[in-house]
Parts: sequence; structure tokens; C-alpha cells
Amino acid sequence: MLEIRELHASIGDKEILRGVNLTVKPGEVHAIMGPNGSGKSTLSSVIAGREEYQVTSGDVLWDGKSILELAPEERAHLGLFLGFQYPVEIPGVSVSNFVKTALNAVRAARGEEALDASSMLKKMREALQLLEMDKGFLSRSLNEGFSGGEKKRNEIFQMAMLEPRLAILDETDSGLDIDALRIVAQGVNGLRSAKASFVVITHYQRLLDYIIPDVVHVLLNGRIVKAGDKSLAYALEERGYDWIKKEVE
Amino acid sequence: MSQDELLQEVTATDYKYGFYSDIETDRMDAGLSEDVIRRISAKKMEPQWMTEWRLEAYRIWLEMDEPDWANVNYQKVDFQAISYYAAPVKKQISSLDEVDPELLKTFEKLGISLNEQKRLSGVAMDIIVDSVSVATTFKKTLAEKGVIFCSMSEAIQDHPELVKKYLGTVIPRTDNYYAALNSAVFTDGSFCYIPKGVRCPMELSTYFRINEANTGQFERTLLVADEGSFVSYLEGCTAPQRDENQLHAAVVELVALDHAEIKYSTVQNWYPGDAEGKGGVYNFVTKRGICEAYAKISWTQVETGSAVTWKYPSCILKGDYSIGEFYSVALTNHHQQADTGTKMIHLGRNTKSTIISKGISAGQSHNSYRGLVRMGPRAENARNFSQCDSLLMGDRCGAHTFPYIEVKNSTARTEHEATTSKIGEDQIFYCQQRGLNMEAAIALIINGYAKEVLNQLPMEFAVEAQKLLAISLEGSVG
Repeated sequence: MLEIRELHASIGDKEILRGVNLTVKPGEVHAIMGPNGSGKSTLSSVIAGREEYQVTSGDVLWDGKSILELAPEERAHLGLFLGFQYPVEIPGVSVSNFVKTALNAVRAARGEEALDASSMLKKMREALQLLEMDKGFLSRSLNEGFSGGEKKRNEIFQMAMLEPRLAILDETDSGLDIDALRIVAQGVNGLRSAKASFVVITHYQRLLDYIIPDVVHVLLNGRIVKAGDKSLAYALEERGYDWIKKEVE
Repeated sequence: MSQDELLQEVTATDYKYGFYSDIETDRMDAGLSEDVIRRISAKKMEPQWMTEWRLEAYRIWLEMDEPDWANVNYQKVDFQAISYYAAPVKKQISSLDEVDPELLKTFEKLGISLNEQKRLSGVAMDIIVDSVSVATTFKKTLAEKGVIFCSMSEAIQDHPELVKKYLGTVIPRTDNYYAALNSAVFTDGSFCYIPKGVRCPMELSTYFRINEANTGQFERTLLVADEGSFVSYLEGCTAPQRDENQLHAAVVELVALDHAEIKYSTVQNWYPGDAEGKGGVYNFVTKRGICEAYAKISWTQVETGSAVTWKYPSCILKGDYSIGEFYSVALTNHHQQADTGTKMIHLGRNTKSTIISKGISAGQSHNSYRGLVRMGPRAENARNFSQCDSLLMGDRCGAHTFPYIEVKNSTARTEHEATTSKIGEDQIFYCQQRGLNMEAAIALIINGYAKEVLNQLPMEFAVEAQKLLAISLEGSVG
């Protein structure tokens, strides 16, 4: 469903992605690992359509069609979700209002009717349960004064509400204690299905103990240089990235 | 009968009165003199005391200078070029096809019903028939409670004792340049009296009063809440008024006697001029209320219109334990300029005031908050809390804050908080990633920012105000 072909992207005159290739099929979970500065967050931003990045060559296909010309919200309407590494605060906008507005915007773009209040509430309750969050959470200002763990759970909560076809989770595990990590993973696993795909970007293999990936990729200097199964994540954890760098050279 | 039921009844009724097509035009030549004021007063068949009151105001005005301390720049008004009297002039429009399509588009975005659209854009039959019938039914319900709600002209004729007693007591003719001018030449406005202990059964709105569309540039409003009464008053029109009048200098006086409460809400949306800064209304308004013991006055304003705004709804907290509140959202876009805020004058003991001001600047506009908190020597234990936030969009606009604090009693306490922020690209991208387009994203962020103020508005008003904020910012980001 997602196919990235020889993708080159830069910010200013600095090239960050230097020929990324990646194919994600429905129902698959892919992990992308790599050291700082390797281009992990750039990759997720480019897929989601952030304007600061210029795609200089290559393509990103969704169901075989290029999405590079689409606005960020149009990509969201297709069913793309990005779990942010640093979710922003929007003061005065409650979590429930935000999620309701987002879900109805997506539905409207797909020609569906807005969800009625009771169905919306029911759906929110289910999502809250999945993430072991209480109802009071819904009336809080979006991300304002949230702890690191709450912010990440909020991302997964929104993902559960929006039911994307492809979710990219950008270092969702960073800054989480072991309980929060388990809950977040539980949230993701609860959404896994034959149709939903995930790209999990992470520094550490410990998240992958909970979310078992089908493929692990190593991103290095803007290129995916190695792919393997879960054991690759263990090898990286144990030996770092230097051996791969050498292998590439 | 509730307000909704009333409206329902009236709007569900077919026209009983047929068409009204008598177009009246009665306009005085431009210019201002004692003679012009005498003629205005005569045309309105006012009693002698009123004529004298106006003339005295005119003499005071002649001695005054136009204020220039506000943080705004504009072409000075030629007061001799204005016509000070124009009797209600109904535009001869018989269907919506003849109305400016731009205006209709805005109505649609605001979600205003077709009938409402006709009324607002001045389609003759609907104004006359609808508002007369609504107003009549409306008045009956109020009369049962003893509430007086009428035009200022009617009040001068029918309730001279009340007008004489209160007019100019909160804002004297000597108060400022525009207030003096208004006192001399005002043509109409609203008058409202709530008797002792009465809780006004519905929100009063200029909306429902006949002739409202043409009260003119110099509107005069006087609202008196007698002991222990309560009233919520809505002012203004939430649809764009393509007003050609350059200058609006209104005066609003509120009197809250012991234990009375007045809630005064405004959505101001006069024509702001075009994107290049041409045209638009100068809105130089004086609004002030006085609170006796245990009384409360709450001003809520959403200001999105006018080319230049100069406006400081204020409270004189005269009585012990009285409360003043000011909640404001002022949005400026393109070349608009706003200098607005409040004055909280604490005279009595244990008086309390709250100021929440939210400025939003976009385009090349300038938005200033100017506020005074004064604690008098008798104001034992008086308290004030002020919060002034500014939000900037883009890098060509300006936000300014001018807080003045004067404390003459050592037990009084004031707090002032201020923040300035920008709508971040991060916030917009976050919303877009969740499926909102850029305009929806900005509307959501702005409404979140202004929420504390919008929450103070009556429900239907708040919904329209939210839409208005979004519309006013259209095209400001890109």
C-alpha cells in the first residue's frame, strides 16, 4: 500500500534523504532504526507532507499513486497517520473537541456523514479503555501540561479514533517508562489487523519486544542500508551501528 | 413564554401586514451648529430640557480637542462634512437578487437563515413586517414584568423622569471629545429599565427592536438595573454591516443599583475596510458602567470589525463588594487598527475586578490593549486580576500592551499577567496531519485561544462569534 522509491529530500540546501526505498504491505509492521541524524524524522515528515522539506527526486506511492502533490490533510484523508515525536500544545482546545473535529473532517472528505454525538462518545470510551485512560482526559486542553507519557498516549488515542490504514509512529517510545510503554504497545497491538499497517521509528529494541515487527530496517545517512527480522534489532542493541557502517563501506 | 417559543410563534406566522414600501428620506445638510442641534431636537419633538442638554454638550465639545493619544493613525474626521440627521431610510430592495453577492456569501458561511439574510441585508418587506411583529410580541412579555425596553427617542417622550435622572450620570458630557459630540447630536439608541428585584425573562437584544438598522452614527444607550435585578443585553449584529458612515461615536451607559447585575455582550463587526486598507468605519465608542453596593457589571466583547477602534468599556466600582468584569477578544487583520481595553475604577471596599483580554493580530494590522486599574484610597481589600494575551499571525502585524496600574490603598491587590505568542507552523501542521485544512486548523487554534472569553457569551452568540473569527482571518495565512 505504501511504496517509497529512491526518495531524495532536503531541507535548505542540505540533503537528508539520499535514496530511500521502502515497501509496506497491508497488515505489516515495519520498524525503522538508526542513529541520531540518520533521517528518521525527516522520512516521516516527508511522507506526511511537511512543507519545509523539498523532495528533489524519487516518489512516494499510496496504492500505486503518487501522493507528493497532496496537501498534508489530503494524505490524512487517505488514511495516513503520523504519531508525533513532540506533539504540540493547542491551548483551549479540548482533547475531545480536537478528535471530534479531526474525525469529522476526515469523514467529510470521504463523503461520509458526521458521527452523531452518542456514537462519537462510545468510540471515545472504547479508545480510552484500550489505553487505560480515564474520562477526565477528554476535557483537558490538547497536550497542555501533559506529561511525556500522556502526550504519547494521546497520540495513540487519536490513532485509535481515526483508524488509519497506515500509521507512522515517530519515536513514540522515547521518554516513556516501562508501564507507559506497555500501554502504548497495547494500544498499537489492539489496532493491528490485516488492513492496518505500521511503520515504527525507534532508537531502542525494547519497544519491539511489545510490538513485534515483520521487518526491521536500518536507516543510515539517509539510506536504508540493511533489513532483517527482529533479530536485527537485538544485534543493533548489543553492538551499536558501527559494524553496519563498516559493512556498508 | 420563552424567547425561543416567541420567535417560533412569530416566524411561523404568515405575513399579516402585506408589503410596506413607503420610502422615507429626510436628510439634513452637512454641518454642525447650534441651529442644527435645535433642528434635530425639534424634529424629534423633544422637550426643552433635552434641547438644552444637547446644546450644553455642544458648547463643551467646541472647547475640546480631538484625542490623539491612542496608538492609531487615521485621517482626521471633518465634522462639518457630516450630515447629523437622516430619518430612517429604507433601501428599496425587494429580493435577495439585488443584494451584494459578497455579503450573501458571508451570510452563508455564518449559517444565517434565508429570512435572516433578507432582514440583515435590508430587504424591505421583511424588515418591516418581521421586526414589527416580533417586537410587539416581545414587548408584551416584557411589559408584564415591568421591564421598559424601547428606543431612546421613545424613552425621552414616555419616561422623561428616568432619562433625566440617569442620562449623562455615568458618562458626563465633559467626559471626552466623542462623548460630548454624541451628547449633542445623538439621534437614537436603546433605553432599558429593569425594575427592582426583576430578573429579565429573556436576553434583550437590539436585534429585535424596530428601526434598529438606522439608529445612525451617534447611538446612545442607557441601561438601568434597579436594586436586585438582573439583565443580559446583547448588542450588535453578527453579520457584516457595509456601513458607509465613516465615523461611529456611540455612548453606552450602564447603571447597576445595589445587588443588581448587568451582563453586556457585544459582537462588533462593522466594515473593516478592504484588504488594502481603503474605507472602513472609525469606531470611537465610550462605554461605562457604575456599580452600587454588591452590584456586578460584566462586559464581554468580540471585536472583529472597523478600520480603527477606540473603545474602553469600563466599570466604576463605587459600592462596597461590587464586581466588574471585562472579557475581550479583539481581532485585527489587513490594515485594521484597534486600541481597546478597559478601566476598572475601585472606589468601594472589597471590590473585585477581572480583566481577560485576548488580542489577535494578522496581516499588517496593529492591536493594542490599553487598560487602567485604579485602587482608590477607600478601596480596602480590593482585588484585581488582569490577563492580557496577544497572538500574532505572520511577521508584519503588531501587538502592544499598555497597562496602567494606580494603587492608593495598601490593602488592595492587583495581579497582571501577559503573554505573547505566535500561531506556530507546528500547530497548523499537527492539525493538518489529523485531517483539517489550513483554515479549519487556524479557526480551531484561534477559538481555543479565545475560549475563556467566548465562554462568557450566550450560546447562540458564541457560535456565531466563533465563525466570525474564522471568517475574519480568511486568507491571512498562506
